[in-house]
Amino acid sequence: MQIWDLAEYAAWALSALLGIYIVTDWLKTDSRYSEEELTSSREGQLEAITEQHEL
Amino acid sequence: MSDITRNTPGIAEASEAAPTQNGGLLRVLGPAHIWALGVGIVLVGEYMGWNFAVGKGGAYAALIACWFAGILYSCVAMIDSEVTSTVAAAGGQYTQAKHIIGPLMAFNVGLYLVFAYTMLEAANAITVGFLVETVAGMTGHEGLNPQPFIVLAIMFLAWLNYRGVLATLTFNLVITAFAFTAILILFLATSPLFGESPLKHAELMTGLPYGWLGVLAAMHFGLWFYLGIEGTCQAAEEVRSPSRSLPFGTLAGVMTLAIAATLTWYLCVGLMPWEYLGQSGAPLFDAARMSGSTALTVLLGIGTLFATLASANGCINDASRAWFAMGRDHYLPSWFGAVHPVYRTPYRSIIFLVPIALIFALGAPLDQVITFSILSGLLEYTFMPLNVIMFRRKWPLDTIKRGYEHPFHPVPAIVLLCLCGITFFAVFLGYGTQLVAMIAFYIVVSLWFHFRRYRFVQRAAQFTMPWPKPQGY
Repeated sequence: MQIWDLAEYAAWALSALLGIYIVTDWLKTDSRYSEEELTSSREGQLEAITEQHEL
Repeated sequence: MSDITRNTPGIAEASEAAPTQNGGLLRVLGPAHIWALGVGIVLVGEYMGWNFAVGKGGAYAALIACWFAGILYSCVAMIDSEVTSTVAAAGGQYTQAKHIIGPLMAFNVGLYLVFAYTMLEAANAITVGFLVETVAGMTGHEGLNPQPFIVLAIMFLAWLNYRGVLATLTFNLVITAFAFTAILILFLATSPLFGESPLKHAELMTGLPYGWLGVLAAMHFGLWFYLGIEGTCQAAEEVRSPSRSLPFGTLAGVMTLAIAATLTWYLCVGLMPWEYLGQSGAPLFDAARMSGSTALTVLLGIGTLFATLASANGCINDASRAWFAMGRDHYLPSWFGAVHPVYRTPYRSIIFLVPIALIFALGAPLDQVITFSILSGLLEYTFMPLNVIMFRRKWPLDTIKRGYEHPFHPVPAIVLLCLCGITFFAVFLGYGTQLVAMIAFYIVVSLWFHFRRYRFVQRAAQFTMPWPKPQGY
């Protein structure tokens, strides 16, 4: 069945495209933003603003 | 706020907290997404895997295992709902352990989570390859190479996770709802309510072929009915209202799974003899085929594929959040604690785990991958009773606001601990070597963390939750 052979090639090609997209975006992002900015997330940020966890 | 932080040893001052509110994960999820995350990871266990419990001890043994595992996971869901609705941060049980028990426990729990979900993701990808190969075989094409489909499944879901959590879990919601509805339709279509039923319980049901030892052995695979529901906690930092959404989504999820598990058992044991069912690769799909309806066969075939993809998708989401949280706290290199400035996802953690999933999906046998996942999950459940007992002692009910308070404490914790002990014994009967090897692995990495890694952890900066001082400190 030729369609299944084509499906195999299509799956490889699509996987490669998705991989290239992810890696390209990753490298672009890392070069465009500072490390401090990228790693600025802190646990409990929203709670610190909106919730006091007190009764 | 300032009083709370000053009073609490280890809690960071405002100056040490994030420079901006915008650097974190995006809070966009609702209770339906939490339901989809939890049920999505698990529902594949209804479509395949649980039936090996039938092979271990017969149909009734699988039902007993299903109910005992249901009690175990109800305890897990109740405990998780209480603690996570309070510790609403990425990392789920890892973050709970960090706040409530201590760094070494947290490091171990973080690894349990990452391994459990990454291995399950790899197992799901292998299953996608198997399903495509089966469909190709049914159309007359033999010798299909499943590898490109395994790779495509992982790459597509990684890309989806990379692009944003809302799209990822909305996708999960749609395919999980489809897979669950497919089970309901199969049940209704084969029930005596609408004419003649193909179910033959009276002829097919037998006693316990291997006695009560078979029931014990069936517990190992009974976990499959619910394994992964605790993954709802990983979305804690991305839900709009953690105190409402997490308990609602998690408890609704475990109820959904109890219904799906019982219906699945009832359907399958009424359509197939236990000797066959105990070895089936895709029991619900086989049940649909035995109903004689082409429409049901197609529906359950698509349901099987969707359940597998939903599980892998949820696993990527959860493993990356746990890895990200450990990086953010410097338990791992802080490089992993980065958030994508546009998509607001832990993109480096997602990328890092892709090759690991690919290596296991392409190079390891399915049963070993699954066993590693189950054992990591079981270790995680064993930590939960200790966690909740310490949580209630350090922060009693009248000292801290909870989104949900689980009833009958400490009964669920004790029941959970006992059931974990029984399941460990059941797993030891079948996979003793793997169990010992894995515990040895976690001991070695614990030593590494204690002697080599913990010096890099900024002890104050890892506690930024605005909590009151724990009792006794």
